Parts: sequence; structure tokens; C-alpha cells
Amino acid sequence: MRLPRRLARTWTAGAGCALALLIASGLGARADRNDRTDRSEGLRAFGEIAKVLRHPRCLNCHTTTSFPRQGDDRHPHANLVRRGPEDRGVPGMACGTCHQAENNPASGVPGKPGWRLAPLSMGWEGLADGELCRVFKDPRRNGGRDLPALTRHLASDPLVAYGWDPGGNRQPVPVPREELVQLMRAWTSAGAPCAAARAAGAPSAAAAAAAAAAAAH
Amino acid sequence: MPSFKVNGKVHDVDADPGTPLLWILREQLGLTGTKFGCGIARCGACTVHVDGEPVRSCSFPLAAAAGREVTTIEGLSPDRSHPLQRAWIAEQVPQCGYCQSGMLMTAAALLRARPRPTDEEIDFAMTNLCRCGTYARVRRAIRRASGQPAQGAGA
Repeated sequence: MRLPRRLARTWTAGAGCALALLIASGLGARADRNDRTDRSEGLRAFGEIAKVLRHPRCLNCHTTTSFPRQGDDRHPHANLVRRGPEDRGVPGMACGTCHQAENNPASGVPGKPGWRLAPLSMGWEGLADGELCRVFKDPRRNGGRDLPALTRHLASDPLVAYGWDPGGNRQPVPVPREELVQLMRAWTSAGAPCAAARAAGAPSAAAAAAAAAAAAH
Repeated sequence: MPSFKVNGKVHDVDADPGTPLLWILREQLGLTGTKFGCGIARCGACTVHVDGEPVRSCSFPLAAAAGREVTTIEGLSPDRSHPLQRAWIAEQVPQCGYCQSGMLMTAAALLRARPRPTDEEIDFAMTNLCRCGTYARVRRAIRRASGQPAQGAGA
């Protein structure tokens, strides 16, 4: 029995659509998997970047306070040093009163050109990965830098260079600078993903650490 | 080594560029008013001005002074008449006196930026250490020199 020509055409068209849908959904699933892979790779890359951002060489001047910290134990900076209105200390006691353009082998005082604190908007202390990531890449908080500018900043800023050349017996940041740049590129090409925000009421990493420390005593 | 000025006079010294400015001032130029205290930029006894800004000269390499103008305690005023020097005497600030030239140079830099500093501004600027504990007198003298009642709210 022959199908009426019109019905056959309809079936053919329907089968074609179904096939197209099947292929499309298959591709979509693969794209989803790729997205998920990209995202997880991006998050992993940022996890490594965060190790640098949280290192004392960076965090001591990326504070959320009115003062910098110093040392691998991150104690408040000696001499009651203040951040000041422009993040360069206060009249009579500016960063440049002691810190010059190079590490000083005679006094042991570290130095690099433009020694200063990061602005408060770039304070990273106490931030979980997701929050740190969002603050880090937000141009309203990071000095107006888009992702390529952030990478360039980490790759070539002379003050950032201090992290790898701290002088004395200070520990340098744990990830080589070239590797950090590669991590930035990997994170960027994955869409610069950030971990989801904590559920409301969940303790931050800092709060959890404080609670654990309190429990230990 | 390019030359630099100290208290208005041009000097051209022959020394390792990494030599702390403090030792050039004291040993080559004979300006011994600037003191060595800790050597690690903590105590402030070695404070001088470079282009008007206070620096701790024990941590300031000679090379960085090239082409710049250094002022030491000897150059703060030609006849010890700087308002801070007069206030220092009026308030009898010095005890042993060792830290006082650094104190005065820091205070002079503070007053240039803040002609009438608050007590808080004084406290955060004057991080120089004094083994005699003259801190309250230092604050009174700075208030006096800036035309404020010597006894402030927190003095």
C-alpha cells in the first residue's frame, strides 16, 4: 500500500526534524560537557591563582584594614604604620620613608618602585575562593582592569615583581611568575569562572578557621 | 657617582653606590647630627629629608641620592630658629638627646604637610623611638610649634 503522497512528505519532514533535534541535543550535551570541563578547569586554575593572592607577599599589602602587615606570620606592620588617605602612609611616615626602589641589603628593608598598599577595594583578607575571584576580576574593585589587563599586571608590574624577589629570608610566592601567567590565561579562556557564593548562613573559611581554633583551646 | 646637594651645598663623593646615606653624611661629610640607632629603619634616629620628604638614611642607598637635595638637622635652619627647634627648647623635650635630631626632622616633615596636625596625626607620624620616653613632650612641642595649645585633648 502506498502512503498518500502528502502523508509521506509529512513523515519524511518529521523524521528529518527528529533527526536534526537528536543531533542538536547530542551536540548540546557535548557543549554542556565542554562547558562543565572548561568551568572545572577554570576553577582549578583560579584555585592555584588564589594561592598566590593569599600569600603573605601579596596579602600583607592587600589588606582590608587601615594598616599593612609584614612578615611570613603577617603581623601588623611595625611602628604603627598607617595606610593613609592615598595608601602610601601618612605625612611624616610614608611608605617611602623606609622603602626605596630596591631591597636594601644594609638595613634588610625590602623595596620596589612605587611601594604602597593596594587600595581598600582590593582588600583580599578573609575572602573565600568565590568572593576572592569576584573581587579580583571586578573592574570596579580592581583598578579598572579587564582580564587581559589583570594578566599583564601580574606579568609585568614592578611592585608585583616583589612577590618573587622579596629579599632577606622572606619566602617568595609559591608559584613561579610564568606559571601564574599561564594559569591566568587558562582561567580567562575558561571564561574566568568563580566558585558559587556560599549558602546564606554558611560560615566563611575564615570564620570556620576561627571557630576551629577556638574549639582547640 | 653623580653629585647631590646636602643642606644647599653640592657634594660629589667617592663611595660604593650601595652605601647607606647615613654613613656618607656622618663619615665623609662630617655631619654627625644625624644618628645611627638601629640600622634597620625602625627607630628613626637617622631621619633626614630628601627633596623635602623624610627618609631613614640608614636604609637609603647613596645611589638614590643622585641629583637630589638632602637636608639634615644641621640644615633645618641656619641659626636653630626653626619653630620646632624653639618649641623643643621651650618644652624641654630632649633628655639624653640621641633621638632628637631624627624626631625634629620627622616633625618638620609632618608640619610641612599638616601645618596644624591633630594629636592622631602627630602620633602616627612620630614613630621615632625614644629610650628616655619623651613622647608626651614631643607632642606638646609639635602642638606649640604649630600654634596650638601645648596641652591637647590627649596630651
